[in-house]
Amino acid sequence: MADPAVDIQGVTHQYGEHTALRDVSLRVEAGRLYGLLGPNGSGKTTLFRILSTLMPPTDGTARVFGTDTTLDPVAVRQALGVVFQEAALDGALTVRENLRFQGALYRLRGAALQDRIDELLARFDVADRADDPVEELSGGLRRRVDLARGLLHRPRLLLLDEPTTGLDPAARRSFWRALRRLQEAEGTTLLMATHLMDEAERCDRVGILSEGALVADGSPSALKGELGEETLWLDADEPRALRDRIEAQFGVSTRLVGARVQVAPPDPPAFLASLYEAFGEYIQSATIRTPTLEDVFMVHAGTSPEAPRGRVLARGGQTDESS
Amino acid sequence: MHVLRTIGALTGREILKFVRDRSRVLGAVAQPLALWVLLGLGFQGTFRPPAGMDVEGGYVAFLFPGILALVLLFTAIFSTISVVDERTSGFLQAVMVAPTSRTALVLGNALGGTVLATGQALLFLLALPLLGVRPTLEGMALVAGICVLTGIGFTALGFAIAWRMDTTRGFHAVMNLVLLPLWFLSGAMFPVEGAAPMLRALVWANPVSYAVSGLRHGLYTGTEAALAGPVVCLLVTTAFAALMLALAVWQVRQPFFRT
Repeated sequence: MADPAVDIQGVTHQYGEHTALRDVSLRVEAGRLYGLLGPNGSGKTTLFRILSTLMPPTDGTARVFGTDTTLDPVAVRQALGVVFQEAALDGALTVRENLRFQGALYRLRGAALQDRIDELLARFDVADRADDPVEELSGGLRRRVDLARGLLHRPRLLLLDEPTTGLDPAARRSFWRALRRLQEAEGTTLLMATHLMDEAERCDRVGILSEGALVADGSPSALKGELGEETLWLDADEPRALRDRIEAQFGVSTRLVGARVQVAPPDPPAFLASLYEAFGEYIQSATIRTPTLEDVFMVHAGTSPEAPRGRVLARGGQTDESS
Repeated sequence: MHVLRTIGALTGREILKFVRDRSRVLGAVAQPLALWVLLGLGFQGTFRPPAGMDVEGGYVAFLFPGILALVLLFTAIFSTISVVDERTSGFLQAVMVAPTSRTALVLGNALGGTVLATGQALLFLLALPLLGVRPTLEGMALVAGICVLTGIGFTALGFAIAWRMDTTRGFHAVMNLVLLPLWFLSGAMFPVEGAAPMLRALVWANPVSYAVSGLRHGLYTGTEAALAGPVVCLLVTTAFAALMLALAVWQVRQPFFRT
């Protein structure tokens, strides 16, 4: 059995008094797209710093394709590509000059480097801007050039730290298309940190980080499945009181998810009618839908991620604004 | 081989950046030039060397090696200011996660800054005919050597400080605190023999003094206004460069984020 692309075991990390990661264990199989979901400050960036060999964990081990990041960082760096939150490009240099510089860092040279640069520029639709200074490019183009930079040496694992931050929906779509093509064409393993639900939704597997702990880990559908099929979601001023009333009167199973009450009766539409009859004045709005990843997140992390609002009232589950 | 390519790529980048930013080219030359002209012409009539010392060419000529040193210090140090931002948000992080040596990162940056600093300083030598100075070949070799060594020393020092800074504002603050006193106390503006004893001790302890004296030897063969002989000047400047390189390499080998 091949080594997993990422194998993190019992990693704890402390900055002074502050604990950024608590006993995190996580595996990413080769060739997969894994999404690390969590609000700012949940430990995503710390985990990335450890994986990209920029600092050793306080405790525990992190392995990339079987190689320990602390024991042999140079081997890990060779296997690794990293796309940081901000593009790692020199604005004064042209696109091509930036990529050539990157090539020198990875022992690429001559015609092979030239061909690889041309190939990536074509793949990410930036060939016509190759000789423009990077500072003249739009945010979306710069992101794609930065992705090309991270991929120049054909890394087996690509780490992406909130790479679509600040991109408009069109730029985000084309960035995602580029990622998909990459996964299919080169079998690259992708580990992406994000706080966007619709992005997590597209991953093969999702891990939820909350206050430094990995609180959930599974495929998006499996994680949502744990919350049941179509259920009833109620918004209320006092969700706790409403839940207590419903449980007392109807005896159905309920759950408090953030500021919402999830009710799982056998026949939701019929139940909704009797519910309104009994507690109509306490209910602001009610929705019947399948669980979303945001619900999953709320259940496990207890708080809301910084997700775009306004889609949760759609009936029948996840709508995907930006696909 | 790989180390050399990394160094070459980093050096090339420094030079490209500098050439593309015209304001930097101008700024690095204009300020020392103005200082030289204003101070030099201002004190030309009143400057009197200590008894028994012969300074040919008056104050304008006396100040010139110090101005060269100032060009070196400023260009070298401020070529590293971009390190502050590039370390925290991007470009240098990409270098740090690449399988290349940390020492090469320091050497590449230092070499880039050194080429810039030396280039600017040599540009100033075009003013030599104005002074009526005809330096010897050995003298010019000494000047070039001091330029390169001082460039390396101060780029490395700038790098080591920039690596620990979170904002460019902080970098500027530290630099003003360090750079100008080093220059003022280098015997660039006044002959050390004429200075008060306490000041004299500071000049003796200042590594920049030896760079200035070395430049004096190179430009004015047999000068009497130098702190020490040419060999001592070269040795001290070399030792300073080596020490600063070691400091920068040590710095960059620490874990990238404080833990």
